Amino acid sequence: MAKSHPEHRQNPWVKYGLITAVAAYLLWLLGLPIFTLIRHTVEIGAGRIAEELWQSEVAHAFALTVLLSLGAVLFNGVFGTLVAYVMVRQRFRGRALINAILDLPFAVSPVVVGYMLILLFGKAGWLQGLAEWTGISWVFAWPGMLVATLFVTFPFVVREVMPVLEEVGTEQEEAARTLGAGGWKIFWRITLPGIRWGLLYGVSLTLARALGEFGAVLVVGAGVSGSTETATIYVYRAMEERMFGGAYAASLILIGFSFLLLLGMEWFKKRSNV
Amino acid sequence: MSTTASLPTLRSWDVKGWGLRAVALSYLAFLLLLPLAALVQDGFREGPGVFFANIFRPTAWAALKLTLWTSALMAAVNGVIGTLTAYVLVRYRFFGKSLLNAVVDLPFAIPTLVTGVMLVILYGPRDLLGGFFHQHFDWKILFAPPAIVLALLFVNYPIVVRSVQPVLEELDFAEEEAAATLGASSWRTFWRVVFPAIRPALLSGVLLSFARALGEFGSIVVVAGNLPLRSQTAAVYVWGEIESENRLGASAMSIVLLACSFTLVLFVDWLQRRKGRGRG
Repeated sequence: MAKSHPEHRQNPWVKYGLITAVAAYLLWLLGLPIFTLIRHTVEIGAGRIAEELWQSEVAHAFALTVLLSLGAVLFNGVFGTLVAYVMVRQRFRGRALINAILDLPFAVSPVVVGYMLILLFGKAGWLQGLAEWTGISWVFAWPGMLVATLFVTFPFVVREVMPVLEEVGTEQEEAARTLGAGGWKIFWRITLPGIRWGLLYGVSLTLARALGEFGAVLVVGAGVSGSTETATIYVYRAMEERMFGGAYAASLILIGFSFLLLLGMEWFKKRSNV
Repeated sequence: MSTTASLPTLRSWDVKGWGLRAVALSYLAFLLLLPLAALVQDGFREGPGVFFANIFRPTAWAALKLTLWTSALMAAVNGVIGTLTAYVLVRYRFFGKSLLNAVVDLPFAIPTLVTGVMLVILYGPRDLLGGFFHQHFDWKILFAPPAIVLALLFVNYPIVVRSVQPVLEELDFAEEEAAATLGASSWRTFWRVVFPAIRPALLSGVLLSFARALGEFGSIVVVAGNLPLRSQTAAVYVWGEIESENRLGASAMSIVLLACSFTLVLFVDWLQRRKGRGRG
């Protein structure tokens, strides 16, 4: 937190001028669009919204989004923690470079992510053999969409767990080892409780990004209605087909998720900083 | 930091340690490096001549230029507003501060496609702002560059704030106070005392938001559409090339985008490590 400081030194004109400027900018940038979306959704009316939203494809789209997000949380929660552990607790050549690369998914365009997976798993791709051998279709199917979601959400857990692991240190783990505890037991009893708030914060960021992912899953899955269409792809299709009731209402549902996640994030972040 | 700074290298018999490292690095290699390698190999399949020919095609070149200048404009505005927000959040106590602090993260939580939908409604000719600009200034915002900048401002707002805020919190007030006591104006104090301290963090935030903006897709495809030479950005161009099965065009532009992000991410990493060493 900020160090305490004498308030009387501050020029009140500057102070309230700056606060007003920031508040006004945020009202315009964030408040006005959300307010307008709610207003237009209400104007369309419940009848038309229900008619457009109450379709099996829409339910399928939301179910697929939820499943992909849970998959991202599961895989990147486990492997992200593992990568963070190895990065913090081990020293090896190339570690600095890997540390820099960890942030890359944050900056790569989602469209490019989807496209890279098509190149990798598609016709004449390096992993086409693997695709045929496993008998799973990766491109234009949910497995490829899951890999795309894993790619775009990869940095969150790693980046949140790494500083917490450094902060926690190794003394308690060493002590438990001296007392004869095994590696697995040490992880469950000492390491995991130490990093849990950072991990949960990373997981909520992962969930938020996975729920809202559009470009990567659209490109690799092709967005076939009732099959590879996610919630965001449904919103896009509904906009194109001028089904504004469904598009706006589905957008509001997604924003509702976002607000819930934001509350969770604030809660976890406060705890992980203590 | 101190507890892990002097870790010994793994001993040869530490099977568990080697196992963990192998699993972690394999996951990284399969998830991140393999797709990147596949893309680079595909883009240069026909040699560098074809690669550059694909980049300098008029539609591709226009998309790249549009992406670069809209992202740069957004990054500049975001640098100013983001610093201002961080300053207000760290320096002042006021009613509603914790709410403001929470709201800053909202753009990270909202799907970027939904951001696009909201902006289309707000700036469409039938709503308040869109109608106003259309009637009084004859400005068309949607399906034109202004919509792209607006979408990028929304989506990237938190990055600079969250980059500058922790540095401002660490900053000692004594210097600022001293300058103020000596009669320096608030403005002068900010430029001479606060700004030099936050410069590296501000630069990291601005560059990261620029890097992210280059690849933004969901919000832009809704507000700007897919009009070649007019409102088509690089990411939307790649999508169009994939749809029309022009693989070389898609690969070439993807590699350019990837090279930009890669360079920027490495540079920001270098900036942050340099900053860390300076403090220690």
